[in-house]
Amino acid sequence: MRTLYISLKSEFYKSRKTLAFWAAILLPVIICGLISFGFYSESEKVIAAHNPPVILWAKYSGAALGVMGFLIMPFYVIFMAFSVNNIEHKNDTWKMLFAQPLNKFAIYAAKYLYAVFLIFLCLFLFASLTFAFGHLLQVLVPKFNFNQYNPLSFLINAYAKLFLSALGILSFQFILSLLWSDFLKPMGIGFVGTIMGIITANIGWKYAYLIPYSLPALALKITKVKKGTDPLDFPIFTQEIWTSLIYAAILFIIGYFIVTKKSIK
Amino acid sequence: MGNYAIETVGLNFNFGNQAIVKDLSLQVPKGSIYGFLGPNGAGKTTTIKILLNLLKSPSDQVFLFGKEINSNRIAILKRVGALVEQPAIYGHLTGRENLINRCILLGIKKTKADEMLALVGLTDAADKKASKYSLGMKQRLGIAQALISDPELLLLDEPTNGLDPNGIIEIRNLMIELATKHQKTILVSSHLLAEIERTATHVGIINKGQLLFQGTIDELHLLSKPMLEIEVNNIESASTFIAKAGYEIVAQTDKKITVPFNSAQKSGELNTLLIQNGFTVSSLYQQRKDLENLFLDITKTN
Repeated sequence: MRTLYISLKSEFYKSRKTLAFWAAILLPVIICGLISFGFYSESEKVIAAHNPPVILWAKYSGAALGVMGFLIMPFYVIFMAFSVNNIEHKNDTWKMLFAQPLNKFAIYAAKYLYAVFLIFLCLFLFASLTFAFGHLLQVLVPKFNFNQYNPLSFLINAYAKLFLSALGILSFQFILSLLWSDFLKPMGIGFVGTIMGIITANIGWKYAYLIPYSLPALALKITKVKKGTDPLDFPIFTQEIWTSLIYAAILFIIGYFIVTKKSIK
Repeated sequence: MGNYAIETVGLNFNFGNQAIVKDLSLQVPKGSIYGFLGPNGAGKTTTIKILLNLLKSPSDQVFLFGKEINSNRIAILKRVGALVEQPAIYGHLTGRENLINRCILLGIKKTKADEMLALVGLTDAADKKASKYSLGMKQRLGIAQALISDPELLLLDEPTNGLDPNGIIEIRNLMIELATKHQKTILVSSHLLAEIERTATHVGIINKGQLLFQGTIDELHLLSKPMLEIEVNNIESASTFIAKAGYEIVAQTDKKITVPFNSAQKSGELNTLLIQNGFTVSSLYQQRKDLENLFLDITKTN
């Protein structure tokens, strides 16, 4: 456990000046900022539509969730998996890392967990900023009715789903980036996978849930809203989430065997 | 076994079908500076990686401090510092940050980073990004990283690579100081015999994965018989004269005659003899065999 802790600490220390770390913070700030600015500058139009508070929150947070779920999220995950490994490939530091008196599994697990943490941080900021900026809009434009609905449980549910559904992609991309030092191979495979995921998720292919890349999109599809119930209230642990977690667990273990067999030439 | 910091017993290592290390039996005594000598591609770096367990060796072939490496990896690595090939440095971090990162991983005080920077003369460049360092500075930072945990055994893979003459002398002195004052054991690889001769107490010579020679530096000197090269006029009669005087002529070209070197005094006597007999000696010097010839010699005797 101590090894895992110091390895995580070292991962943070190494990456705190890199784009990968700052992307986790800048991405939500920029996207939420832009959406909120859009709502602010077009406030009259939005108010004129007379949306009930639930729908207003749904539209407002859906703007961020939509782009995230379909496009940015898979690429962001691909980029994180790449950059956590690339820091060692680029500097030729794998040999140094594995020549330390540290347990190999802890080194590997710390890298993986750090990538998970960066994704969590990013999504956590998305949820928090959506909530905060929504209330800020209410203060700036009192005619909005953001204050009449509490979106907290919806935001937590939606982003938790997005987070969990991304873990399958993360584990897969993590292995690719572990094996190859260049950017193009994992990025290329990830790109093709993402496009495939978007298409299969959108046409509603029966087995789309077996493709890790389609899981974030699938997870955010709100299927069949029962009348009279809150449309923003949905279960977290659906089939997509379980699939993603199973993928993540299996690929994480395979990744470890790759690490132990990895010849450091 | 207790007297060796490193001992390998008939170590074999392959990459696929290609044998990189063959039946290697290293014996590195504690407190020695062991010069690990061999041309490029001889298997030096591979051996060092095996000693760090970066490459997995067959069981019961590699022992550090008398312990088998595969089953005591962490305990052994705690006592070892290493510099393998190019120093492993994060380019986006400063020199100090690179050392602090190592402190975090090893659980040692961060103040140690500044001590090490001073030791290798990088204090002024401590806050400069490591990617902006020159090759020599990177090498120093690599050595600082190897030394930071105050290890008993240091594995240095061509540590003077890319250093200027000043830097080479500093590293040389540092190694001697570490071994004599701090009782560290140092295994240092090189492809330059002259470099090893100046520091090492023990030498191992490897070629094509096989250990051709292992022993103290004096034992090596016995093998690498120095020669006396004489440039003289009238070369044909000079050579007949030298042979008559009882010297063995090893080689002769149209410019110089090579005879075995015995001592400085004997060389002087031969010089006097030649001059007294009317020869003009334009040059007379001791020549050590270069590494290649030494290799040939050692392979021949094996």
